[in-house]
Amino acid sequence: MSIELKCHVGIGPDVEGEALVAQDNFSARYDLDRLKGVFSRPQHALFGESYDGKILVLNTAKGGVASAWMLHEMKTRGLFPKAILFNAANTILAQGAALADLSMCDRFEAGDVTTLIKSGEFVKVYPEKGLVVVER
Amino acid sequence: MKLNDEEKAMLAGELGEPRRWAIDHMMKVGRMFDAADLVPVSQVHMMADPESVGEAGTEFMEQMASHGEKERRVAVPMITDPRGVDLNYYRPLGQTEDMANIERRFVAACEKLGILMTNTCVNYQTVMPPVLGDHVAYGDTGVVIYCNSACGARSNFEGGPSALAAGLTGRTPRYGLHLDEHRVATKRYVVREQPKGLTDWGVLGAVVGRRAGSYWEVPAIEGLESVPTSDEMKHLGAAMASYGSTPLFHLVGITPEAPTAAAIGADKLTAEDITKADLDELRSSFGGKGDKVDVVVFAAPQLSIVEMQQVADLIDGQKLHADTAMLVCTSPTVYADATRMGLVGRIEAAGAKVLEGTCFYQQYAREIGEANGWKRLLSNSTKIVNILGGYGYEPALADMQACIASAVAGEIV
Repeated sequence: MSIELKCHVGIGPDVEGEALVAQDNFSARYDLDRLKGVFSRPQHALFGESYDGKILVLNTAKGGVASAWMLHEMKTRGLFPKAILFNAANTILAQGAALADLSMCDRFEAGDVTTLIKSGEFVKVYPEKGLVVVER
Repeated sequence: MKLNDEEKAMLAGELGEPRRWAIDHMMKVGRMFDAADLVPVSQVHMMADPESVGEAGTEFMEQMASHGEKERRVAVPMITDPRGVDLNYYRPLGQTEDMANIERRFVAACEKLGILMTNTCVNYQTVMPPVLGDHVAYGDTGVVIYCNSACGARSNFEGGPSALAAGLTGRTPRYGLHLDEHRVATKRYVVREQPKGLTDWGVLGAVVGRRAGSYWEVPAIEGLESVPTSDEMKHLGAAMASYGSTPLFHLVGITPEAPTAAAIGADKLTAEDITKADLDELRSSFGGKGDKVDVVVFAAPQLSIVEMQQVADLIDGQKLHADTAMLVCTSPTVYADATRMGLVGRIEAAGAKVLEGTCFYQQYAREIGEANGWKRLLSNSTKIVNILGGYGYEPALADMQACIASAVAGEIV
């Protein structure tokens, strides 16, 4: 069975992968060890988890302008999430996604995306269409 | 998005590859945020420290700088946020030649584009503050929130790449804080415990930011019995932006867009109290008396000349504890003034170090912590204690006076 989730038009190419979900927020500067590819902030709900190759599903972006450069740097380094889905992205993460050509979508019509998708589910992301498909 | 003839020519590459990239980048971002067109900006401020830019971003910037002078030159005045390496003082911090070389390469590329290397996050105190209604494209969340809120300027958070695009074109997509509808209050708070001093203002900002919690919320704050100084407003905003990704707040009766609650639509919102308990709860998560202190940091935001004098006055005639370091980060212009006025000499006579044009958390904080064995960090900046938990530190918060007394005692007093 698959479930279609409509969202706002996003940024980046179509991608698919395994979801990693938390009802927490996101900053590349504050929350990540980008050399190891894991969440490094002890207070973060995904502390210790690897984000490499995952479809991250989080509430919103917080703080740090630096994240705009960091997504590009993470992608070049080869340790990066395939996509990030937010309830509400902030400008920085969207700008970072545009430079890095990393997929990003937000504003889901069906409500809180962190409750609509569960960790481990297989997700297809179509930013140009404003569509995310969850395989169950 | 609607483009005028000049913008269409840029997109077609007729004004060179850097401007083609810039318009294309802005269209991707503008589309995500439903921008109808581009808005001209008077100034640009770019955040691009070497740690976040990395090798990849440096190569990207060098590629931009490799184009002809006419094609690569920025279109409006463009300035920079703090750098990550003070090239006059990096080896003693444990920063490597590789880090310094990325810094040198990035700076050289910026200079080729005609970017003014102001290296400051307090440009609104030291360079050229924007004015009411001024559309600008600023990086550094602390700069944006201050200029939107205290000055009434109009800027989104512009990450480095978008700031660069704005500099190359003299425009930015018209969305978010450039539009009247995103500047009205969406949350209303009443302060029940008056802040006293920089750290209290930072703590208030953190509580508001954490509660507001999103880029798209605009907090209106009432109940303040005094007008904050520029330094207090700086700490209020920096902490709010750090905890909440918040780009704009209004202080009713104080900031320029909020002469009354009704002027910003706050009169229609339900008010929430911010009590002493709320402020104490935030403070209590950072450190306790008697804990050893490895390093005391004054930064985030960089210190104004007034704060430099306050630090010098508090530390005069004392010596730091042998096991405790102290760093003070300020802008190059304040550094030059503070040197001329003898403040840098007085601070460094105590064994502290004043860094020029950097900010601690943007200068490979994890690596310099490991190189120096710094774990327990004390600061009066609510913003920095928020950030550094993710960088392997155990940060603690205290006011400026207690920070300095702790640096002398070697433990939190």
